[in-house]
Amino acid sequence: MKKIYANATEALDGVLTDGMMIAAGGFGLCGIPELLLEAIKESGTQDLTFASNNAGVDDFGIGILLQTKQVKKMISSYVGENAEFMRQYLAGELELEFNPQGTLAERMRAGGAGIPGFYTKTGVGTVIAEGKEHKDFNGETYIMEEGIFADLAIVKAWKADDTGNLIFRKTARNFNVPAATCGKICVAEVEEIVPRGSLDPDQIHLPGIYVHRIIQGDHEKRIEQRTTRKKEDA
Amino acid sequence: MPWDRNQMAARAAQELEDGMYVNLGIGIPTLVANYVGDKDITLQSENGMLGMGPFPFEGEEDPDLINAGKQTITELSRTSYFDSATSFAMIRGGKIAAAVLGAMEVDEEGDLANWMIPGVLVKGMGGAMDLVAGVGRVIVVMDHTNKHGKSKLLQKCTLPLTGKKVVDRIITNLGVLDVVEGGLKIVEIAEGVTEDEIRAATEAKIVN
Repeated sequence: MKKIYANATEALDGVLTDGMMIAAGGFGLCGIPELLLEAIKESGTQDLTFASNNAGVDDFGIGILLQTKQVKKMISSYVGENAEFMRQYLAGELELEFNPQGTLAERMRAGGAGIPGFYTKTGVGTVIAEGKEHKDFNGETYIMEEGIFADLAIVKAWKADDTGNLIFRKTARNFNVPAATCGKICVAEVEEIVPRGSLDPDQIHLPGIYVHRIIQGDHEKRIEQRTTRKKEDA
Repeated sequence: MPWDRNQMAARAAQELEDGMYVNLGIGIPTLVANYVGDKDITLQSENGMLGMGPFPFEGEEDPDLINAGKQTITELSRTSYFDSATSFAMIRGGKIAAAVLGAMEVDEEGDLANWMIPGVLVKGMGGAMDLVAGVGRVIVVMDHTNKHGKSKLLQKCTLPLTGKKVVDRIITNLGVLDVVEGGLKIVEIAEGVTEDEIRAATEAKIVN
């Protein structure tokens, strides 16, 4: 089956529906599927729920879909860098479900692994635990969290082969792996599609079984907090 | 004289032992890395990295290489990368020996609030709830009082909690306190600060 598509719009053809839930990879602006997000904006799909650690900034990442009011709900751990997000949330226009970062990652991993729920210590005794099942194991209290089963996963990788095997680069791997696994369909955008056989099978980060459609494109890869030191400090 | 930010960070660095895997939070905790000296400490960045290096030289920033505060950083010869689920598996699984975190409030039971002021600020807890629930030892570094002069070491936290009974040690500009049975115990006083000054600045119950 052919997995390579010409561009983000074609790769999303037939998979976008109003009201769907999308799991997106990335941490901050690092490793976000920027081309696919742009194509979702162009598509005009409405009432989207995003499971994504962050919500981008005002003019990049998921932020561009907040500008166009295409997002109904965010499931995130940290949304601090986005003024439009804050405005919509405080005005009651946007639903927000805060998940602890590790709980969000594990919810995606669990969904992708066919596990509908799991118990964790994270959040016990906080607002996160309200309304959730509590259970004691070996004298400690845990809460139940549910796996995320998304309609679509969108991720960004460094390299892919035509079978969808993916390799990520440095900390841009982040949520891309768990997000990819929890989607019914996963679309990946990469910097380079390489010939079959040129990736070392021992070094694949995400096997192609999880990846249904692939595009190659040019990425802006914006830096959120450029921090440096001077040579003389070294 | 109370400790300044760098002296607090240097004091927190004394808590770290050779061979430890450690997670440092944003703010003063980040400065702790400057004071570990010759100790063999591996820093975890919860976005998916063990062996976090210093900031890059100008012109060498890599958009694919950031820390949990989204700042550009560098790798070391010992560095490994992994995905977010694996990162929090090692946190939740108790593999990280200690976390050094900032806080808005800590109380005498060891409850911690550092993620939300209702109605004022919606940012999110990020990885803080997972860290305090999972790591071996939670060390809080913060000013003893807030900008209005009110104690941040309380009988009971007033802000939404990050974790319940999670804090082990608190390092402030006035000294070091441990969370023990029945309250907080003063274990060290900053040079030039008196015990009376610490007691006056602490709302939480201090036990001997």
